[in-house]
Amino acid sequence: MSNLSVLYDAPGPRAKARNVLYSVVFVVLLGLALWWVLDIMADKNQLDAEKWSPFVSDGRVWTTYLIPGLLNTLKAAALSILIALPLGAVFGIARLSDHRWVRVPAGAVVEFFRAIPVLLMMFFANAAYAQFTDISSDVRPLYAVVTGLVLYNASVIAEIVRAGILSLPSGQTDAAKAIGMRKGQIMVYVLLPQAVTAMLPALVSQIVVIVKDTALGGALLGYMELLSQVRLITANYGANTIAAFTVVALIFVVLNYLLTSLASWVEGRVRRAKRSTGAVLHADTNTEMEFDEPNVAS
Amino acid sequence: MFDFLESGQYDVLGAFWVTVQLTFYSAIGSLIWGTVLAAMRVSPVPLMRTFGTVYVHVVRNTPLTVIVMAASLGLFQTLGITLTGSDDFEVIGFRLAVLSLIAYHATFVCEALRSGINTVPVGQAEAARALGLNFSQVLSLIVLPQAFRAVVTPLANVLIALTKNTTVAAAIGVAEAALLMKEMIETESDAIFLVSAMFAFGFVVLTLPTGMLLGWVSKRVAVKR
Repeated sequence: MSNLSVLYDAPGPRAKARNVLYSVVFVVLLGLALWWVLDIMADKNQLDAEKWSPFVSDGRVWTTYLIPGLLNTLKAAALSILIALPLGAVFGIARLSDHRWVRVPAGAVVEFFRAIPVLLMMFFANAAYAQFTDISSDVRPLYAVVTGLVLYNASVIAEIVRAGILSLPSGQTDAAKAIGMRKGQIMVYVLLPQAVTAMLPALVSQIVVIVKDTALGGALLGYMELLSQVRLITANYGANTIAAFTVVALIFVVLNYLLTSLASWVEGRVRRAKRSTGAVLHADTNTEMEFDEPNVAS
Repeated sequence: MFDFLESGQYDVLGAFWVTVQLTFYSAIGSLIWGTVLAAMRVSPVPLMRTFGTVYVHVVRNTPLTVIVMAASLGLFQTLGITLTGSDDFEVIGFRLAVLSLIAYHATFVCEALRSGINTVPVGQAEAARALGLNFSQVLSLIVLPQAFRAVVTPLANVLIALTKNTTVAAAIGVAEAALLMKEMIETESDAIFLVSAMFAFGFVVLTLPTGMLLGWVSKRVAVKR
């Protein structure tokens, strides 16, 4: 039922009038809620122009706080993605191995790290680095954040890779075997390149998850990423908490929205290319990947 | 080996109990709010559809940590909204954490439900309309009951993610498992492996049975088509 208008009849004159009434009531309720919030904000002086104007008129808010914070967020996210992708691919392939002694431990590791919160891994990594290594304390939060994100997301990516490979028709493996390819060759030349297409949407939403989860490092480990700039800005620009949170949240939303849009654009291109070359993996025969992790980042 | 527990200094079970409570209230709240959002997104009123879409896209692209911190620093400390009559910081932090968890996870419930609505055959809604049911009757009597039965597994995954995400409440000082782990790891620095393993085990115990139980439920209630 993808065309949702089957849920209701085409509105006639009375239904149209009723819909207008509902719209008006909804707008009034929404307006009342907004007015209530704005009233409280005005009461606590959060609507004053000088609390919001620095974000527009004072470039130093951006150059001193927001942009370095954003760069730190991107740095932690990029490092995590670059390490987690190959690691996840290795574990995902290991779970499909013919050898029990490879498949079972890989499965245990993946299931374990998927079951515990990413924050716990960050705390553990932070403490372990402090105790057993001589990483200086100013870069330790970055190491801890990246370690936590890699451990968790590599195991999720492993599941994505596994589901992507399993979603391919078995004729692919059969044909590759028939022309005399070895197991490694089948994986590298036949299965993985095709699986990437099927995995792309899930992989990108996992990247969004990683970007969002870097904020944990700011709140609890003292990593100076975007969220932790809120405290610095409110300390320096006169307690403009609401304004600072709004701007930081908007930056996150825009960043993640861009990532998602980029992904659907790339996906569209890849799918189209596949169809035009007459490859086996048509968009319609490409059975839905059996992977339903909801990508609920923190 | 577990001598740090015998001192009676740490209430591990109590901390996990707070985690369970956070999960319980947030799960119920986000199920309700998520269903309302899903209903809005399929409703005949364009304005409600727009609101639902914008809400889901904005909130699910915002980190939960930002929402939780904004609830504590923004709503409570700046605007003075406490959601409770008392001025007990424990209660205020707990309620704000539940509010943020609901606001965030409802978007995922909404998306799961929408995909569930897509699995209901068109004929079901058409037959319901032919009987003269209006939109709210079609949705609440015919479509949503079937949609819910189709999305038990995705909802279970959201619930498991919610259980793990309650740890973010540590950022505003709610005394749940992750905050206690942070505390213990700092004071019992000679036993960090043991402490970490204990808390990891706690979360495995919380999430694993949830997944298995709801997996069984989803098989039982699935609509045979």
